[in-house]
Amino acid sequence: MTALEVIGKLLGCLVVFLTVPLLVGQLEHKVMAHMQSRLGPMYAGGFHGWAQLVADGVKFVQKESVVPARADRRVFELAPLVALLPYLFVLIAIPVAPGHSAHDLSVGVFFALAVVSVGVIGVLMAGWASANKYSLLGGLRAGAQLMAYELPLVLAAASVAMAAGTLSLDGIAHAWHWWWLPYQGVGLFVFFVAALAELRRPPFDMPLADSEIVFGPFTEYTGLRFGLFILAEYAGIVVFSALTAVLFLGGWKGPFLETGLGWLWLLIKTFLLSFVVIWLRVSYPRLREDQLQKFAWAGLVPLALAQVALTGVVRVATA
Amino acid sequence: MTGADVVFGLLGIVCLAAALLVVTARNVIHAALWLVVCFGALAGCYLVLTAEFVAWVQVLIYIGAVVVLMLFGAMLTRAPIGRQQPLDSTNRPVAALAGLATAGILVTLVVASFKGAYVDIHHTEVGDGRVLGTAVFRYFVLAFEVASVLLLAALVGAIVLTRSDRD
Amino acid sequence: MHLTLALVLSALLFAAGVYGVLVRRNAVALLMAVELMLNAANLDLVAFDAWFKDRLHSGQTLALFVVVIAAAEVGVGLAIVLALFRMRDSVAVDEAIDLADRDPVRRPVEQTQ
Repeated sequence: MTALEVIGKLLGCLVVFLTVPLLVGQLEHKVMAHMQSRLGPMYAGGFHGWAQLVADGVKFVQKESVVPARADRRVFELAPLVALLPYLFVLIAIPVAPGHSAHDLSVGVFFALAVVSVGVIGVLMAGWASANKYSLLGGLRAGAQLMAYELPLVLAAASVAMAAGTLSLDGIAHAWHWWWLPYQGVGLFVFFVAALAELRRPPFDMPLADSEIVFGPFTEYTGLRFGLFILAEYAGIVVFSALTAVLFLGGWKGPFLETGLGWLWLLIKTFLLSFVVIWLRVSYPRLREDQLQKFAWAGLVPLALAQVALTGVVRVATA
Repeated sequence: MTGADVVFGLLGIVCLAAALLVVTARNVIHAALWLVVCFGALAGCYLVLTAEFVAWVQVLIYIGAVVVLMLFGAMLTRAPIGRQQPLDSTNRPVAALAGLATAGILVTLVVASFKGAYVDIHHTEVGDGRVLGTAVFRYFVLAFEVASVLLLAALVGAIVLTRSDRD
Repeated sequence: MHLTLALVLSALLFAAGVYGVLVRRNAVALLMAVELMLNAANLDLVAFDAWFKDRLHSGQTLALFVVVIAAAEVGVGLAIVLALFRMRDSVAVDEAIDLADRDPVRRPVEQTQ
C-alpha cells in the first residue's frame, strides 16, 4: 500500500464522514415531517428543501459561540471534539467491499466498539463543564446509560464474532449467510437497541429529555460547538447503522453484483437502518430513567447472554 | 535508536506527563480527564509492543468503562468547578519522598538488570484476537473461570454495598 | 526497541501512582492513583512478553487478567466510596477514621455501663 493510497482512503473516509450524516439529517427532517402529516423543510435550495442542513450549518457557523462565565472553559471547549472524533476513527475500519476498508484490522470489532465508547466522555465533559444543574443531570444520565447498554452491545457483537470465528469486520461480512438472520436475530435486536441507547436517540433520550432538563449536557452550547454535537449525533447514527449492517446483515453482500457494487449494498442497508432509527423516534415515547435501566439489565443483558449461549452451542455442535 | 524507540519514547513522555497531572491536578474531574490521556498513550505503547488486542482492551475497558465510572463517581460525590475542598492531604512532602524513592530504586534496578536488552518487535507474533484467544482458552482456562467468579462476586458486592434498605 | 525504555516508563508510572495513593484524600482520586500502579504493572507484563517472544503469550494474557481485576476493583471501590459519601457526606479518606488505630491518649473517654 503506497502513501498516496493511504491518503486517498483517509480522504474518502473524511468525505463520507462529512456527507452521509448530512443526508441522514435531511432524511430525518423529511421522514419525520411526512409521518406527522407535515411537509418539513421546503424552501432552502428550491427542490423539497434539499439544502436545509447546509443552511443550518451556515447558521451555526455564523452564531456567536458563548462560553458561560462559571464554566470550566477548556473542558467546555474540548467536549464537542471528544464527542465527534471517535466516530470518524471508526469509519476507517468499516469494510465497503470485499477486502476493502481504509484499514483492515484483525481485531476490527473490538476496535470499533472501543473507539465508539470514548465518545461518551465528551458528553460527560460537556455536562460537567457547563456549570449548569440540568447539564450535570444530563451528563450523569448519559454516563449511567452508557454503562448499562455497553454490556449488551459488546455481548451481541461477541456472539457474531463467535459465529464467524474472527474479530475482523471484513471476515465477519465474508462469513455471513442469509440464514444468520434467524440464527443471530436476537443479537441483531439487542445490538441495534443498545446502539440506539448509546446514541441517546429516542426512545432512549433521557439524558437530553428536552421537556424536563432543557437539553441535558448540550444546554449551554451555541453556534459551531452545538453544531458539532448535532453532527456527532448523525455521524453516530451512520456509524452504528453501518456497524449493524456489517455485523448482522452481511455488509457488502447482496443478491447480485457483490464485487462491483458492494459499497452500494452497504450504503442501502445503512440508510434503511437509519430510516428505522428515525421511525422509532417518531413512534415511541421516551423511557423513564428506571425503566431504561431495567430494560438494559433485565431485558437486553439476558437476551444477549442467551444469544451467546446459542451461538456457542451451534459452533460446538457443528465443529 | 529506531523508529519504534522514538514513537515509544514520545508516547511515554505524554503518558508520564499525563500521569503526573493525574496525581497533582487540583480538580478531580481534571485528574480523571488526564487519566484518559495517560491510558490512551499507554494503549499506543502496547501497539508499539505488538500487543494489539491488549491495546484495544485498554481503550474499551479503561477509557470506555473505568474512567467513565470514575467521572460518574466523582460527579455523584460533588465535584464543583474551580476552588473546592483540597484534594491532597497534609503529608505531601513524605509522599513526594516516597514517590521519588520508589522511582529511584525501581529505575536503578531495571536499568542495572536489563541494560542493553533488546525487543525485536519485527519478529514477534502480533498479539491479535486469535493468539490471545488460544492462550486464554487453552492454557489459562482455570484462571479464566476464577476471573469470571471474581467478577460475579464483585457485581454482587457492589449491588449489596450501594442498595439502600429504605425500600 | 530497547526494553529498558518500557521498564523505566513503567517504573516512573508506578512511582507516580505511589505518590498519588499517599497524597490524595479524595477517595475517587485515590482510586485513580491505584489504577496508575496497576497499569504500570501491565506495561511491564506486555514488554516482557514481547522480549521473551513468549509462545504462550502469558504476559499479555496476564495483562488481560489484571484489567479484569482492575475493573472489579473499581466497581467495588466506587460502591464503597458511594456508601461512604451517603453516610458522611464527604469522600475524604482521612475523615473516615472510625476503625483507625489511634493513640490511646487522644481517644475520647468511653462510658462504661
